[in-house]
Formats: sequence, structure tokens, C-alpha cells
Amino acid sequence: MHNLWLHRYTLVVAICTLLLVVAGGLVTSNDAGLSVPDWPLSYGKLMPPMEGGVRFEHGHRMVATTVGVLTIILAIWLWRAETRRWMKRLGLVALAAVIVQGVLGGMTVIFMLPKPVSISHACLAQLFFSTTVSIALFTSSGWQGRRLMVEDSGSPSLHALALAVPMFVLTQLALGAAARHKALGVLPHVAGAAVVTGMILWIVIRVLVRHSDVAPLRRSALSLLTIAISQVFLGVAAYMSRIATIDAPQPMGVMIGFTVAHVAAGALTMAASVVMAAQVFRYVRRPLAHMPAGVAVAS
Amino acid sequence: MKRILISCGAVSLLLLAGCGKSDQAESVKPKEEPTKTAAGAPAAVDDANAGSVTGKVSFSGEKPVMKNISMDATPACAKAHTTPQKSQEVVVNDNGTLRNTFVWVKAGLADKPYTPPTDAVKLEQKGCIYEPHVVAVMTGQDLEIINDDPTNHNIHPQPKDNREWNESQPPKGDSKKKSFARQEIMIPVKCNVHPWMRAYISVVSHPFFAVTGDDGSFTLKGLPPGTYTIEAVHEKFGSKEMSITVGPKESKTADFDFKG
Repeated sequence: MHNLWLHRYTLVVAICTLLLVVAGGLVTSNDAGLSVPDWPLSYGKLMPPMEGGVRFEHGHRMVATTVGVLTIILAIWLWRAETRRWMKRLGLVALAAVIVQGVLGGMTVIFMLPKPVSISHACLAQLFFSTTVSIALFTSSGWQGRRLMVEDSGSPSLHALALAVPMFVLTQLALGAAARHKALGVLPHVAGAAVVTGMILWIVIRVLVRHSDVAPLRRSALSLLTIAISQVFLGVAAYMSRIATIDAPQPMGVMIGFTVAHVAAGALTMAASVVMAAQVFRYVRRPLAHMPAGVAVAS
Repeated sequence: MKRILISCGAVSLLLLAGCGKSDQAESVKPKEEPTKTAAGAPAAVDDANAGSVTGKVSFSGEKPVMKNISMDATPACAKAHTTPQKSQEVVVNDNGTLRNTFVWVKAGLADKPYTPPTDAVKLEQKGCIYEPHVVAVMTGQDLEIINDDPTNHNIHPQPKDNREWNESQPPKGDSKKKSFARQEIMIPVKCNVHPWMRAYISVVSHPFFAVTGDDGSFTLKGLPPGTYTIEAVHEKFGSKEMSITVGPKESKTADFDFKG
């Protein structure tokens, strides 16, 4: 049964999580990751003087704490209100993810930004955001109502393609995080961008050509396309601004702005690809042997 | 649907496990080790026969214009200056020489241990700028770090061969004394609170080193007779080497030139 307030709450959690991704991006872009050398306290206090890099690092911790509390409430609410057992479990998965993410964040401070931990922290942030967006989708009235299923044939199957795209996006996000934390150069990320853009265009075109009459599929495809195109331009802008300000004595606003926007759009691309996949699995069925193609109704 | 979601979750976890995969050894820090003492008794400078190398580090080419630092994010830093401060990455002196170049005997000395001085070398944080910008100590010698500012700093050296550390220092707080166990040239030091703050620490296992100042000159005194490789290292322009032979009581000249 659709719970409007629960759904609204999941939207709040998802928006706060996106803000958390932005806050994390600000920390790295401002080179402020170690401006607070201790954890979980900051300079031995709950609230240190908010100046210089401390504003970004401690601000990130404050938003993270808020999202942590929101996620605890979300998990409890889902556990009590949801009738779908897998949704209860998804709430627990979100809770586990935010706890692990907090520990990874602490480890980046205590161990002074070890690359594997920093990259894992960045990757899990994207996965956690996609989880909150998925929970918002699954608690929506549209998801829980009746649906018209359409059939799709061809190789690879639309389902396989829908699963592959988020995998490629996540790999691309990991390459981006690796470049940001200087574990890899930028070239693998640039090459990955071409591959991921191609994959996204592939699924978007296929969905729009074959199933544009199914509104949730069409909307998901257009959202994914819009975000992905924006992301490519933001990526170019982030790189160019970095090159243009490379001799600056400190991180410059133009570079910070484009880079953080690129990080946030990366999270949105990941979430949009997950939503696309979920919608494909909800509205598209594989052709059944010995059955005429057509439309089926399911609940 | 249930099966699909479980599969998605499993694949995501696998991806997560893989995406942070990189060289685990990076997180393992080298342990502090005492200065090498295997070669016998500490080396003493033989003043009677000691020679020296003097020289200057000049800069040729167009003098670069350093960009202004914006300290607006920390009012306490901005208030400490009446004029905009510039990056110290390249400082060309009025006489055309290059400041903040580290010069040292890179090779040629006998493999003997040298006793570090008991005096500490000072590295001050003044007006949210490190002073001096390039500092040098012997292995085991104390580096005294002082915060003269009314604001928090964190001091974060990023060595490759020594132990990395990152500590905060409160406004006008007690000084910190640190030492480095291994020879390592031009260790970058950052303050992440104030990202424009950068300094370099060179750690040398012998006393034959210098950092150029406002006249670009240097002197390496007390060198035993021998043939040495002298290296000049600058944070932006890299390093240059020169081979030089110093006889008993001889004073040799070694001039370096970096092109912009």
C-alpha cells in the first residue's frame, strides 16, 4: 500500500544524500581532506572554528551525520511500515552502507587519505545515493500501482543492457575517483567516458525507439540522456578549468565549481541508470516462447 | 523481481570491493629507523684540511609573475598582511638569482655517520605563510615548528621515505619538535586548512647542504678533500648536478643556472 509520507521522506533523504555528495566533492576540490587531523571529533571538539579548509571538512561531517540519522529513521520506518519484505531489507542495506561509509570517511582522516580507502569512500557515496533514489522510486505510487508490460526482443536483451549500464557507470565513477585521488591518470576516465556515453546512448535510443509510449520508460530514458550529456560537458569544463588554474597557489573557484558539479552529476548519472534499469525490469518482459507478442497487464 | 534485486545487490558489492583496489602497500608507512651508523665512528670535520664550495644559483629567462594568494577564507590570515601575498613557488631576487633552492652534496662523501646538531631548525607559520619556504635539517635533528598566528594550522609533511604525519597546532600554541629518520630531499609540507601554505623540508644524513636566500648564494663548508656531486634542487625547476673536486683547504666555485 502506498504511504505518501514515507515516500516524501525518502525524497528528503535522497536530496540530503546528494547534498552530502556535493559536500564531499567540496572537501576534495578544496584540498581540505586533512584540514581536520582528528576523527570523529574535530580539533577535539564537536564544533571547531569554521574557517579555511575546516569549513569544508567539518561541514561534510555535519551533513554526513545528518544523513546518517535520516537513514536510521528511514530504515526503522521501512521496517515498520513496509509490507514488502525486500523493501525492509533494502532499508537495512542503506543503513549498513551509511555506517560503512562513515567508517571509511574516518579511515581517510586517520590514515591520511590512503588511495584505496578514499576511492572506496567515493564509490560507496555514489552507490548509497543510488540506493536512496531507488527507495524513493520503490515507495512511489507509480511503482506500486498497476502496470502495462511491454515485450522486447533482440540481442542483447534490454534487461541485460539495463543491468550493464549502471555497472559501466559505476566503473567510470571509480576511474574518476581514482584520477581525483591520483591513483590513476585522467586518460582511463576520459576513455571510460566515451564508453559509458555510448552505452547510455544505446539503451536510451533503444527505449525511445521501441517503448516511448510507456511513460515511465520514456521519462527515465530522457532523464538519463539529459544528465549524461550534461555530465560530459561538465567533465570537459572541470578538466579545462583545472588546466587553466594549474599555476594558482590554491584551488580556484572556477575549478571547484565545475569539479563539484561534475561529481554531483556523476551521482545523478549513476542514480538515473539505476532507475532506468528498475523501470526496464518493471515494464518490459522478455518474449515468451510460443506466445504472440503483445501487451500484458500485471500488478 | 526479488531475484533480480538480489543479483543487482551482489554485483554492486562485487564492484565496490573492486573499485577501491589498488596498491595496498601505499597505506603501510615506513617505520622510523635510526640514522645509519654501520660505518663506524661518527665522522668529524678535519678543519685543517677542509675545503669548501661556494656558488650562486642564477635564473635566466623571463621572470615569472607569481599569483596573489587569497586569504579571504580565514580573516585572521588576511588581517596579518597589508599587501597581497604572492606564491613563493618561484622567487627571483633583485640580482637575478633564485631564492629557496636547496643545494647539497649528493654523492662523494665517505659512508660515515655524522652527528646532528643539537640546535633545532625553526619552521614558523607567520601570517599563514611558512617561513622559511625551504628548510633543511640533518637526519635526527630537531625541526621546531611554531605557530605565530591567531588561527589553527595543521602541519602535514608528505614524505615518501619517512613517516607521514598530520597534526594540528592551535593559535599561538606550543611549538612542536619533530625529526626525520631518513635522508629525503624536498619533502612537501602542506596546511590543509590554508591550501596556499606550502613548504619543503630536506633531510640530509650529513651537514653539507644549504638553501639559497635573498642573494642566491650558498656555501658548503668543511668538506674533506674529494670529488663530489653537488646538486641544486628547486621545487618548480627540478634539479641540476655538477661534479667538483675539492683539494685540501681549497675553495671551489659551483654556479648553477635555472632557466624559466
